[in-house]
Amino acid sequence: MKEVELKMLDRAKALLESGEVARVVGWKKGDFCFDPAPAVFETVEELDGFVYDWFCGANLSKYLIQIAKKEGKTAVFLKPCDTYSFNQLVKEHRIDREKVYVIAVECLAKLDVEKMKAKGVSMIESVEVVDKEVRVKTAYGEETLSKPEVILTKCETCQKTHQAKDEEIIVHERPERDVNRFAEVEKLEAMTEDERFAFWRNELSKCIRCNACRNVCPACSCVKCVFDNPASGIAAKANDDKFEEQLFHIIRAFHVAGRCTDCGECSRVCPQNIPLHLLNRKFIKDIDGLYGEFQAGETTEGKTPLTSFTEGDVEPKDVFQGEAK
Amino acid sequence: MQDVTTEKKEFTPNIVAFCCNWCSYAGADLAGSSRLTYPANVKIIRVPCSCRVNPMFVLKAFQRGADGVILCGCHPGDCHYVTGNYYTRRRMALLYSFLNYMGIEKERTRVEWVSAAEGARFASVMNDFVKTVTELGENKRLTDLRVKEGE
Ligand code: SF4
Ligand code: SF4
Repeated sequence: MKEVELKMLDRAKALLESGEVARVVGWKKGDFCFDPAPAVFETVEELDGFVYDWFCGANLSKYLIQIAKKEGKTAVFLKPCDTYSFNQLVKEHRIDREKVYVIAVECLAKLDVEKMKAKGVSMIESVEVVDKEVRVKTAYGEETLSKPEVILTKCETCQKTHQAKDEEIIVHERPERDVNRFAEVEKLEAMTEDERFAFWRNELSKCIRCNACRNVCPACSCVKCVFDNPASGIAAKANDDKFEEQLFHIIRAFHVAGRCTDCGECSRVCPQNIPLHLLNRKFIKDIDGLYGEFQAGETTEGKTPLTSFTEGDVEPKDVFQGEAK
Repeated sequence: MQDVTTEKKEFTPNIVAFCCNWCSYAGADLAGSSRLTYPANVKIIRVPCSCRVNPMFVLKAFQRGADGVILCGCHPGDCHYVTGNYYTRRRMALLYSFLNYMGIEKERTRVEWVSAAEGARFASVMNDFVKTVTELGENKRLTDLRVKEGE
């Protein structure tokens, strides 16, 4: 990863120095090795704090809605999954493609510090990844973890490739993978209604309505959100009733249906570890099954499943009987 | 004081029916003027087109005490606005499937196409839906206790 980081840094420097771009959007070092944060770099000096490592899971595309409106061109580093969100935002006219210079960067999955901590590793000072091993230096000594067990949930099923790029920085080829991202959704579908209700009640009751899922989501980019309307009856900061939890999550999932790229940011940021991706993936799975396979963000043009139709579309009642297969 | 000896009151569901102005609402009218009966607990909400119904309407109806929500529009191909109901069909197929995925009983939601000439069909659709929801019982999974009337 260090090699990749150095190449990225070189390019960022060159682009800023030549004046080709006015700013670079990337990640900067945090207080610890495991908390780099999205950042904007406007000068070469600022790049001192630049970082690209195993903890750069954050998707930078949504920041461009605002940043790319500024004067001059903006360079951005995008991982494979991030490029889908970027395309989707371009498609929805939230980002002007001409004003962004996309540097597609390699990603061999990112680490989830919470999963590492859950394995009893704390006081992490540095990490090194060698193949399928994560070697961690902590204040107490060294530990080795199995990489597949501590990567972000969104990375576990990722098979994405760069869909937008003006240039690419790839040092290591990513091994091909064949995983079924709908496995968990299928498990839920196979349960009874009662079991599913209990499952979601249990999960959603943890929601504290911090709105982190909504705020991080590249598909949730409305300037004014329906949930911010005091007349909606559900604009409360904290939930008063289980209905609010249900309404928030059902409506949010519906509003991003056909637009959600399955970037996994919602589940990553949820402080309550609610498996939000299982909501969005149900819509994705149903759309794929009923209207033909569709991946949001693959292109910046074309129709989307909920803004188009065919005369022979399935009737809602048959979706039930056929269990939406 | 409640008399504990009185028999339990029979459950009559609250049904909300969203009907499009051009076909289904006219169908309901025809059912009425033809003196066909359908249960009085079906509350019709007239909308300009079935595609006006946003998922929030459906959820709010449940929140406010509906036990079943049915959406009626023109038959596909006959929409007054040409294509509105085709969008409805996709949206509701996905929404209802999703609600069921969350554990909401699938019998509580329905979409039916009823034309302005189908008064009899309107009545039979409503009778059938009310029967189904009555058998299913009260909606307990998608309600808001705050807006419930005290017993
Ligand atoms: S709903 Fe979640 S997975 Fe989908 S685009 Fe938004 S943050 Fe990404
Ligand atoms: S991030 Fe999690 S806790 Fe916060 S609003 Fe979303 S689901 Fe609720």
